[in-house]
Amino acid sequence: MSARTEAWPDTYGAEARPRMGFFTDTSVCIGCKACEVACKEWNLVPEDGLVWSGESFDNTSALGANSWRHVAFVEQTTPLRVDGDGADGEGEEPFRWLMSSDVCKHCTESACLNVCPTGAIFRTELGTVVVQEDVCNGCGYCVPACPFGVLDRRELPAPDRGGRADGRVWKCTLCYDRTREGMTPACAQACPTESIQYGPLDELRERAAGRLDKVVADGFAGARLYGDDPGDGVGGFGAFFLLLDEPETYGLPPQPRDSTRDLGGMWRTAAVAGAALLAGLGAAFLAGRDGAGS
Amino acid sequence: MTDPAYYGRPIVKPPVWKREIGWYLFTGGLAGASATMAAMARASGNPVLARRAALVATAAVNVSPALLVKDLGRPERFLNMMRVFKPSSPMNLGSWVLLGSGTATTGATLLDLAGIAPRTRAVLEAIAGVAGLPLSVYTAVLLGDTANPAWHEGRRDLPFLFAAGAAASAGAAGVLATPPEHAGPARRAMLLGTVGSQVAETVMERRIGAVARAYATGEAGRYRRTARILDGAGLALSLARGRRVRRLGAGLLLAGAAASRFAVFKAGFQAAEDPRYLLETQQDGRRQGVGAGR
Repeated sequence: MSARTEAWPDTYGAEARPRMGFFTDTSVCIGCKACEVACKEWNLVPEDGLVWSGESFDNTSALGANSWRHVAFVEQTTPLRVDGDGADGEGEEPFRWLMSSDVCKHCTESACLNVCPTGAIFRTELGTVVVQEDVCNGCGYCVPACPFGVLDRRELPAPDRGGRADGRVWKCTLCYDRTREGMTPACAQACPTESIQYGPLDELRERAAGRLDKVVADGFAGARLYGDDPGDGVGGFGAFFLLLDEPETYGLPPQPRDSTRDLGGMWRTAAVAGAALLAGLGAAFLAGRDGAGS
Repeated sequence: MTDPAYYGRPIVKPPVWKREIGWYLFTGGLAGASATMAAMARASGNPVLARRAALVATAAVNVSPALLVKDLGRPERFLNMMRVFKPSSPMNLGSWVLLGSGTATTGATLLDLAGIAPRTRAVLEAIAGVAGLPLSVYTAVLLGDTANPAWHEGRRDLPFLFAAGAAASAGAAGVLATPPEHAGPARRAMLLGTVGSQVAETVMERRIGAVARAYATGEAGRYRRTARILDGAGLALSLARGRRVRRLGAGLLLAGAAASRFAVFKAGFQAAEDPRYLLETQQDGRRQGVGAGR
């Protein structure tokens, strides 16, 4: 067993604890949505409308300020396995139903945390990423910055604001109030099939690699891990997945990237543009110096 | 026939910013380049243009924070922008630049109008002139530092587009506010900036490939076409004879600079709402990236 990755020891020193996260194994998800319900109940996430989407069994539709777990349902006319298992009988069209409980990825390199201008978004001693709701001023920068479209501003009326919109940004806290006390997050606690597993990230990655081998050996050709690689564009996810198809099938970006990685280059470009502005304005003044005017 | 991604739903979230932010992209550039122009006018012995450009800068730099605060989900928490100094957040750095630029610009103008403390005024003018450069271009970095396909793919070109647009708008406002015999440098800045802005936009649209469609279609495309018509007509009138015709030309170019900013602003919404934009930027190299199948 490898030594456990301590969560940001540079920041937390002796307080740093093993980095905790989720492994969501979608191959055993049954689409019961217990995770969505448990999350809403525990975190007092408000109801934001009961709308029929017409998209399989999914009326939640996306992660957002009021949905911190979202179970995706994908109906495909594809055999479940390479050996064709999954068709009900001779002559029937092959069919498979993919389900996946999506959640905030708690990225190693979090764009939302990096761009947050107030410091409202912070890294916990468990390595998770949390919005402090008493600090967030609802600037909305993290919303387009997140490569996964996780965060959103809550426009529902806030009870303490006389019916005015809440106005702050909300997302999964990985149940910080529970996990800091050593408890399991509500969604993982409620999951009846252990599709959602919570634990030290190192252990989860090892377990996931073994699980992937088994699933592939069982004939699920499209199976893959998503977000387990520290070499990816966000330095690996704190909450990663075993998927049975390409990420975009589930509404996930194929190559997520923390745009902060490009920030140095962007500032250099901006410095050149600023110098060009200075030169252009200077030229506008120098051009008239010989008295030619215009 | 099948929807792109997950039922055609966005992968990254569309921005939550309202029109105020589109206007700020304009007023920030107007304020910044006007302050730089004012400092240059003072240095080159053109006190008339110096004062008028400083008045334009003062007006624009004071409207700007009002626009930004109004857009916050929690406007009463606007000072939280100043509770940290955070180089990884362009919005945080921009808030500090805006605070410094606004203080220096407003202070210099008040001292100038009161006719007191000329040395302090000169120092503040110089600070405002220097701060005007980052104020003119940082918003391009702010937009580029997101996962939004239109803005992130445009990150190499947006700073030049914004710098040129800032020169165009400051020049046009200077022409409108200043008697023609003193407005020569403003006029040249306006013409140079307008041409530069069109060039930068064209270069960007060629460089960003398929994502350019987000700038060319829908509401963004309407703003872009409007900006082109305003710029074309404004240039023609500005080069014609007659004071009134030329002033009208400057007014059209000022409006063109604003329309150009709104084209960029709206392109971000369109690029997020249709997941195909993001997939076009991420699927090419997927085999090497996150989510590569086994």
